[in-house]
Amino acid sequence: MSKTKHVRVYVTPKQGILDPQGVAIERSLPALGFGGVSGVRVGKFIELELPAGTPPDKAREAVDEMCKKLLANPIIEDFTFAIDDEQ
Amino acid sequence: MNPAAESPVRVGVVVFPGSNCDRDAHHAVSTFAGTEPAFLWHKDTDLKGVDAIVLPGGFSYGDYLRSGSIARFSPIMGAVADFAADGGYVLGICNGFQILTEAHLLPGALIRNTGLKFVCRYVDLRVENAGTPFTGDASPGDVLRIVVKHNDGNFRVDKDTLARMRDNGQIVLRYCEPDGSEKPDGASSPNGALDDIAGVCNEDFNVFGMMPHPENSVEDALAGGADGRVFFQSLVDAVRERRGEL
Repeated sequence: MSKTKHVRVYVTPKQGILDPQGVAIERSLPALGFGGVSGVRVGKFIELELPAGTPPDKAREAVDEMCKKLLANPIIEDFTFAIDDEQ
Repeated sequence: MNPAAESPVRVGVVVFPGSNCDRDAHHAVSTFAGTEPAFLWHKDTDLKGVDAIVLPGGFSYGDYLRSGSIARFSPIMGAVADFAADGGYVLGICNGFQILTEAHLLPGALIRNTGLKFVCRYVDLRVENAGTPFTGDASPGDVLRIVVKHNDGNFRVDKDTLARMRDNGQIVLRYCEPDGSEKPDGASSPNGALDDIAGVCNEDFNVFGMMPHPENSVEDALAGGADGRVFFQSLVDAVRERRGEL
């Protein structure tokens, strides 16, 4: 198996943006016995692999651009990502 | 003007993988005299000299990631963006509206319906701005009965842009009650859209997106009725006006 850099991207609804799915989940939790839960928001987790040997700054740049252009919609979503060392 | 000398108004309907309202849009255009609808495959970059473009409804790329997020990068969208930048008329219906917001040809974004259900029913729409190329043949306050069928029709935009859009008249259609009134708290909308917004234009009014499907309401003989005709008629007339034929 060739070495690659594992990238984890988290896309979440922007704070202040209505999140209908989060609201629905939040409202379901009390019925299951979990009171006092607030701020439920549903996002996306995206994984990808970058070629081995990609310089860290280039990797960060590339993932940042992927997020801005495709993986997240900056109008309604925020994103963070983590790039692991090569495995 | 000699009618025989007028060439048909050519309307291009873009087809993406997963579009499913393209043929209804093509047919809807064909019900108007003096028009020539054409299909434009998403991989082509040649707009075939059309006078107006329709991005139809459907599930382009399965709505994967976000509705319209992948279709916006189809090769044809570069040509569509150039066409729009030159003032060309672009009508986005449902998924087409979503694609236009993802491509930043229209402001805002369409997110999941607040009811979290796919809604497929008739809605009543009020025409807020009858001065756009897409509503020129309507009158302000007209109530139109058109179908919606979507899961992600909840229009959202930031406060400042919303204020600007309101001032500019970019909010073209709102969901309403059959008598044209609006219930409070979004109860008149099928999806919880901000300000009951159902259709918007860009700042130059040449790009228009609407969540409901006018192409399903162009014939009295069918259940959809004919309230959708006004959008296509307005567009055809706008093209003719631009050509100096009206």
